[in-house]
Amino acid sequence: MTSSFYPGRGWLSSAERVAPRLRLGAGALLAWLAVSCWAQGALSVGSKRFTESYVLGEVVTQTAARAGEVRAVHQQGLGNTAILFAALKSGAIYVYPEYTGTIAFELLGMKQVPGLAELNHRLGEHGLAVDVPLGFANSYALAMVATRAAELGIVRVSDLARHRQLRLGLSQEFLNRKDGWEALKTAYALPFVPRGLDHGLAYEAVAAGQLDVIDVYSTDAKIERYQLLVLEDDRKFFPAYDAVLFYRREVPDRFPATWKALQRLEGRITARRMIAMNAAVELSGLPFQRVAADFLSDAPAAVPRAGKTPERTFITALMSPDLLRLTGEHLVLVFVSLVLSITVGIPLGIWAQRAPRAQAMILGAVGVLQTVPALALLAFLIAAFDRIGTLPAIAALFLYGLLPIVRNTYSGLADISPSLKEASQALGLPPPARLRLVELPLAARAILAGVKTSAVINVGTATIAAFIGAGGYGERIVAGLAVNDHAMLLAGAVPAAVMALALQWAFDALDRWLVPAGLRP
Amino acid sequence: MVVLDKVSKAYAGQAAVAPVSLEFASKRVTVLIGPSGCGKSTLLRMIVGLVLPDTGRILIDGEALTADNTLRLRHGIGYVIQEGGLFPHLTAEDNVALLARFLKRESSWISARLGELADLTRLSSEHLKRYPRYLSGGQRQRVSIMRALMLDPPLLLFDEPLGALDPITRYELQEELKRIFGALGKTVVLVTHDMNEAGYFGDHIVLMREGRVVQQGGIRDLLERPAEPFVQQFIRAQRAFPAGRTLEGGPAAAA
Repeated sequence: MTSSFYPGRGWLSSAERVAPRLRLGAGALLAWLAVSCWAQGALSVGSKRFTESYVLGEVVTQTAARAGEVRAVHQQGLGNTAILFAALKSGAIYVYPEYTGTIAFELLGMKQVPGLAELNHRLGEHGLAVDVPLGFANSYALAMVATRAAELGIVRVSDLARHRQLRLGLSQEFLNRKDGWEALKTAYALPFVPRGLDHGLAYEAVAAGQLDVIDVYSTDAKIERYQLLVLEDDRKFFPAYDAVLFYRREVPDRFPATWKALQRLEGRITARRMIAMNAAVELSGLPFQRVAADFLSDAPAAVPRAGKTPERTFITALMSPDLLRLTGEHLVLVFVSLVLSITVGIPLGIWAQRAPRAQAMILGAVGVLQTVPALALLAFLIAAFDRIGTLPAIAALFLYGLLPIVRNTYSGLADISPSLKEASQALGLPPPARLRLVELPLAARAILAGVKTSAVINVGTATIAAFIGAGGYGERIVAGLAVNDHAMLLAGAVPAAVMALALQWAFDALDRWLVPAGLRP
Repeated sequence: MVVLDKVSKAYAGQAAVAPVSLEFASKRVTVLIGPSGCGKSTLLRMIVGLVLPDTGRILIDGEALTADNTLRLRHGIGYVIQEGGLFPHLTAEDNVALLARFLKRESSWISARLGELADLTRLSSEHLKRYPRYLSGGQRQRVSIMRALMLDPPLLLFDEPLGALDPITRYELQEELKRIFGALGKTVVLVTHDMNEAGYFGDHIVLMREGRVVQQGGIRDLLERPAEPFVQQFIRAQRAFPAGRTLEGGPAAAA
């Protein structure tokens, strides 16, 4: 062989070629481990996926940072109560703002909301505690567009039962929690079958007349903006949800100065102040970091003014300083999971093609994986790994990435013409050599197409990793949805789309390099 | 050299090869001929281990073909099929040298051997650098023959090697092959359905029908002493031309 390029070894067939790829994957994994270890020396603060939680999380983070004792990190916009509870128990976060009602009903399964002492007694076994009532309560409530409510003569929740035609749209969290829809339905004998949708989208939907009734939080800024009527809870169904800090028990001992600073937040945030801060984020378009900073430096909260153009445009949101970090996180999520999908997927595809008996099982299993809803899979993986963040996110992306690779490896091998397979047999090559020198190179094109599909889909799917605190562009999308900020949402969605296109282009280039010249059109 | 001892093969209950016993003598060209589906290709594929016989056994140089020695015995067999079976992802040269490189032959030996075989098959080194799709049908078949000859195997099997070529190329390659067979003196088994070709190549011709051997012998035996009416029928179906090569081989010997 005078030409030193040996196309037969072009695709994942020789150790020389594979090694740099593996090293790349291992490098990314190590980098991620280093980052997560480094983050463990810090005090991480959690928050949920809605404006108020973002703002409070930021208030706590900045207060802790100002105490100067330990670096404070805000793991913002984590999925839901269960995910935050898991994160707190596992030590992935140390503290986050929560409501007493949620803890009592949702986490402890109690029938009513007891005092803090009783809550702490019950939380002791988990190594957790609550303290520092912030000064306001945020309860669930039902709301309608005021004019529509007036038309129908609805003022109280009990009035709803008389109007069977009403369309209810409720947040998934309210629909599914123990003290949520099911309990409310029973208490008021309501006849509706509500639709579940994202809380950030519900206001727009009710304002546009696509829904009649939605669930709201009583400190929500958008109640006024959309001129909603909060229906009177005439049967006293909704308990008061006092905002408190929910934390790991070791926090006061481990970070005494920080804890002292946090204790000074007690009673400082009134309901009015909270609504104003929520409005500053959602209506005036201020970043919640800024709103929290204004609060802590005792500046008056920026009051929303009608007609004022939002301060945050798409470009400033896009170019905000976290772009590099989010891009890095997104790339790690996509590439580490892709390397895993390739390492497992190609052998699985080969196995499926070799063993007719295993074939249906393998192809069926990876197919079924694809149909598991992302959030369900994430929740399962969080339980399996007992942690949130990058690890379960990568595991989920890895599982989603398998199908295109396994399928294409299988069909690429199965589609090789029988005469070529026989030619390699008749030559006297043993089966492993036939696979390496003939069959895999002939299937290279199909396999590469599968890897490309998997990579491009992964870029999109990786945005859900933000639900469990793994970062990436999804952080902006989730935050944008939560605070109803379209610029922020686009600032996450556009770079993700750009990354997907760039990957597509890169794979097309790779196609020219990896696919043997004799197979190109 | 090769002995088939009562081998048979059935597909889905349909007999493709009824029990057949045959012997292919050393350093001779034997032609298997018969209509489509008569089992001639299946016999050839049994010898190289691509088809396992249901009954009987196959001896190559006195050694019975088994699952354990198939790979090793294949290294002593050159096998050429109709479309060549060249791997499209490898250049002509890489196709020819694939097995030798896998077996870790010296690269100096490999390039020397490539040179010899290119001369033998009249291919240029420029042809050898090309991928199969950039070669003509005849050139591809020459490369395929090079690949079969690479390790200098004592036994060559050809399964309708010229079947897919246009008449002019076919005519040329027939002469080339005859010259190569003459030069190398190997044991050759060639499958064809063309009586002209059989007569041109074959020292010994085996006529088959529906999985059985109808008659075997020299071309003259088949022409002059047909064992049954089918032999005449099969020969008559191949039109002879007033000029050119005839059944007895050689240009215009006896028309």
